[in-house]
Amino acid sequence: MSTYRWAAGYIDDGDRPKIVTSRFEYEDSYTLERYHATGGYDGLKRALAKAPNEVHDEVRGATILGRGGAGFPAGTKWGLMPADKYPRYLVVNGDESEPGTYKDRLLMERDPHQLIEGCLIAAYAAGLAQVFLYIRGEMPLAHERVGQALNEAYAAGYIGKNILGTNFSVDIVLHWGAGAYVVGEETALIESLEGKRGEPRLKPPFFPAAIGLYGQPTIVNNVETLSNLPWLLVNGMEAYTAIGTQTSPGTRMVAVSGHVNRPGVYEIINGTTTFRDLFYGEEFCQGIRNGNELKAFVPGGGSAPWFTPDQLDLPFEGRLVGAAGSMLGSGAIMVMDHTTDIPAAALTLTRFYAHESCGQCTPCREGGTWLERVLARVVAGNGTPADLDQLMEIGESICPGDFPHAANEALGLAATPFPYKMTTICFVGPSAYAPVHSALTLFRSEFEAKITRRNSIPVAAIHSTPAPAGAH
Amino acid sequence: MARLNDDNVRLAQEIIGRYPRPRSATIPLLHLAQEQEGYLTQDAIKHVAELVGATSAEVLGTATFYEMFKFEPVGKYLINICGTMSCALMGAEELMHHAEERLGVKAGGTTSDGLFTLEHAECQAACTEAPCLQVNYRHAFRVTNADLDTLIDDLRAGTLDGEIPAHGTLARVRQSIPADKAAGVVTPEQVGAPAWFPAKDPS
Ligand SMILES: Cc1cc2nc3c(=O)[nH]c(=O)nc-3n(C[C@H](O)[C@H](O)[C@H](O)COP(=O)(O)O)c2cc1C
Ligand code: SF4
Ligand code: FES
Repeated sequence: MSTYRWAAGYIDDGDRPKIVTSRFEYEDSYTLERYHATGGYDGLKRALAKAPNEVHDEVRGATILGRGGAGFPAGTKWGLMPADKYPRYLVVNGDESEPGTYKDRLLMERDPHQLIEGCLIAAYAAGLAQVFLYIRGEMPLAHERVGQALNEAYAAGYIGKNILGTNFSVDIVLHWGAGAYVVGEETALIESLEGKRGEPRLKPPFFPAAIGLYGQPTIVNNVETLSNLPWLLVNGMEAYTAIGTQTSPGTRMVAVSGHVNRPGVYEIINGTTTFRDLFYGEEFCQGIRNGNELKAFVPGGGSAPWFTPDQLDLPFEGRLVGAAGSMLGSGAIMVMDHTTDIPAAALTLTRFYAHESCGQCTPCREGGTWLERVLARVVAGNGTPADLDQLMEIGESICPGDFPHAANEALGLAATPFPYKMTTICFVGPSAYAPVHSALTLFRSEFEAKITRRNSIPVAAIHSTPAPAGAH
Repeated sequence: MARLNDDNVRLAQEIIGRYPRPRSATIPLLHLAQEQEGYLTQDAIKHVAELVGATSAEVLGTATFYEMFKFEPVGKYLINICGTMSCALMGAEELMHHAEERLGVKAGGTTSDGLFTLEHAECQAACTEAPCLQVNYRHAFRVTNADLDTLIDDLRAGTLDGEIPAHGTLARVRQSIPADKAAGVVTPEQVGAPAWFPAKDPS
């Protein structure tokens, strides 16, 4: 076997417009040579031929929704910085670690020049004087590819002093993370970049656009968000908005994992592609494995409330999915077939968020730990009926009031839309509860079965193959 | 005696020079220290603190927040098996059991020959390639029990040395900013809008 099979698995051969993955078909997609041969740095040249505010207007007009999770339009964000406070910084969020999310690492490994060009266009348009490209520590290949690309781009005069002979000058600094999920949250990212523990800051007042890195106005953008800019500058706003829908233009990279026949990362048309298309379509996942029944799916990363087959015909559109009780988040879809042990599956996520709590907020630190402990007890067959109420009570302490969930016809449930109230600084606390709440709301009988039948359901039912009796 | 060696001090100074505040270089410098020794020693933490102008307590406080920093020796190969949802759905728990049996250590343990440390890990941004693992943060995808056996044999035999450096070494390609091309660090004290940018942002 090869341990460096980074190229395996990416099989998006669908005949669709590709904005950010257009070069993935080439073996040498990460080299400057290939980048040049495929129109590389033309977007930067076009940008530099315009005034910064014209480039900004173009980005605003394209409505590039942030791909890091919150879906806030990039052009609008850039406009939120105070007009008279300088210097301004750009921090690129390459910390990808939300459960289920797999796209930014591909973009950094396979097309680092596209990301670099995107950074340069953003810096030019929004007056950002220095760029810090923060890459998750556990991605050495991305470090190597981006590092190499930066070195090439400096040598070619695309980065640094007087870029392409203009008065535009900016450095891009490659920065290394060291393993902490919560650092992906933008204010924690900034803390970490200042050399501190990655603990999120309170918003307000610490909105990065106003008070960010070293207290200065700072734009934090996701890798995929920025990777859209070169194509936009070359092809224009009209071409960009001609793809997708009015509220969700362009494309999106989504990772579909779990029990499908062809798990993979696909660049889909934004706003129109439905979950049914994705799971069953020929050019996507080609159905549930072994012809099994779909039981549930997580539509937007581990933090997102779950859907069931009732929601299959929803398109990948933020507002519709929000109204249906979940979120698109970071384009991560996890699919569970009918063999899945739902409480055990929920535990894998709750354990993640409990483990990743930075500990600043009591409801997250204590609540997350308790959710994990009680859920683990139930999953192991040692739960009591009171445990299920306790799980909901702990959730209530993190997110008071109604928590979003999907509609379910068989259960006679109507949807509770996004958002929720929360008692914590960031979304890690609520995220520990989201899988518990979804699983309990949609599959309560599975929890009850574990409690009444004590020890009789093997935890290993979550596995793709049955574990031998007595394995646990 | 595990302060940074001369080469690494030079590298450290180069890295510090890229940031408006030296302390921002803390994590990259800790990685350098870990690369040199395989883990973080007290001396190294003290040295990094001197270099970035922070106290040892501050640097230690930062270091302990991050999963990748180790404070005692680990095996030459750190095997991280992902156990988050997508991998769990595809049999990560079985893979972990197999690894524990095969290596003769529980998760968190190091083999007696000092070659392998086995750990539970969280989502490795390879969820469509489940179940997956990393060896010194290099991915292996869709790993079966048989794949894992082969991998361990290959690592023992040294046939993967070219692909997987010993624990501590992250990227083998580093950024280097040529002095004559650099735009230069922009500190928060710098006043006014950048040269190319209209001071009055029309937006
Ligand atoms: C706990 C938490 C983790 C996050 N992790 C990431 C991440 O790994 N990558 C990312 O781009 N955004 C992440 N975000 C979202 C960022 O806070 C921020 O919204 C985003 O980077 C902004 O970029 P965008 O507007 O281009 O999407 C996270 C948010 C939270 C609350
Ligand atoms: S919600 Fe959790 S992770 Fe977020 S700031 Fe509070 S304690 Fe830290
Ligand atoms: S869940 Fe294992 S790589 Fe994401």
